[in-house]
Amino acid sequence: MSPVIELDARRLLCPMPVIRLQDCVEKQDRGVKVRITCTDPGTMNDIPTWCRINGHRVLATEQLEHEYIFLVQKDPDGT
Amino acid sequence: MTRKAVALISGGLDSLLAAKLIQQQGIEVEGINFFTGFCVEGHTHAIRKHDRDRVKRNNALWVAEQLGIKLHIIDIVDEYKDVVINPKHGYGANLNPCLDCKIFMVHKAQEWLKQHDFDFIITGEVIGQRPKSQRKKLMPVVADESGADDLLLRPLCAKSLPATLPENEGWVDREKLKDFSGRSRKPQMALAAEFGFEDYAQPAGGCCFLTDQSYSVKLQDLWDNRGNREYELDDIMLLKVGRHIRPSKAFKLIIGREEGENQYLSGYKRQFQTISTVSHAGPLALVEGEPLDPQQLELACAITARYSKGRDADSVEVRFSDREQGSRSIHVKPLAAAQLNPDWVIV
Ligand code: SF4
Repeated sequence: MSPVIELDARRLLCPMPVIRLQDCVEKQDRGVKVRITCTDPGTMNDIPTWCRINGHRVLATEQLEHEYIFLVQKDPDGT
Repeated sequence: MTRKAVALISGGLDSLLAAKLIQQQGIEVEGINFFTGFCVEGHTHAIRKHDRDRVKRNNALWVAEQLGIKLHIIDIVDEYKDVVINPKHGYGANLNPCLDCKIFMVHKAQEWLKQHDFDFIITGEVIGQRPKSQRKKLMPVVADESGADDLLLRPLCAKSLPATLPENEGWVDREKLKDFSGRSRKPQMALAAEFGFEDYAQPAGGCCFLTDQSYSVKLQDLWDNRGNREYELDDIMLLKVGRHIRPSKAFKLIIGREEGENQYLSGYKRQFQTISTVSHAGPLALVEGEPLDPQQLELACAITARYSKGRDADSVEVRFSDREQGSRSIHVKPLAAAQLNPDWVIV
């Protein structure tokens, strides 16, 4: 199993967390998983939307008091 | 062969409609959206605690989803500085360099187009919609100076402009494009209804904070007091947060207005001297500028205390923190309303 890539997008405001995720995912192979930790509540909308429109999948979402964590898989269906 | 167009997606209705008109002609469309740092997004909502549960969606992503297209968000914060600092065509009513901004964005789109092997560029511009950048005689300026020339198609007003390459080559049917002009939004709203789009964003002033008067005043103040017009992303983000009070050229206070802003400002503790109230509930203030001398420090603490629950108390305890000298407690009398010079408040 390939390791999960960790991204820290805490304190960044939208759309910077999405840009961080996008720039990281772009460099990976299909199926690679990336976990991104954010503090902007806007990411609760923006990251799932960005994944939907670009063919990536949100495998898990976790909401802590001040943090939002997403586990994303790159293009699992080969779109 | 399917032709491909890259659409500049701002998140507003016009870019949505322009892209849809082209999609309908069998063209494959992908979107790009530029992040300049000045973009009007949900930042103030994200920061302010009482707004947190009505955090706004990112409109560019929403538009892309409505269209079913990919969206590439591109960070142009650094390159964009030159557009804001030295706009060849000048500013609009505030510090908005709209014409230079459009030229720059179309130029970036053209670079993207070459790298990704796309055929042409579309934007949602409408002739005469905005006073400065969308006058008919200026439309060719964007195409020329960006280098995009006849690869730039504006589907919402194309019929009133000279034909572009996609029209001349027959990739798109010019007859199915529009001839919208002027400030009325009615034709766009009618077209949106025709396409079945609802709940779209209708930004009032413009697409970024540079069209906002109070924001521009704060940016100008920053430049004037630094003696140059450079800025970093943190500078322009902080202009969106808190009360900005400048008692002298030497320093400015950025004072949180509520818990969410205080929390956001606390993320900058390592970069700034800070003042927070201890004996009474109150704000966190960042001190921007030179290290404070004792007199300035007392004034800065008194101003911060004025915005705390202890504003009428004889003495308020505050904590002053400095990344080099550590932190210490100071007792001050909050500044009385009459002592707060209105000229210090930057709005
Ligand atoms: S409002 Fe801002 S983003 Fe829009 S064209 Fe003008 S400067 Fe550019």
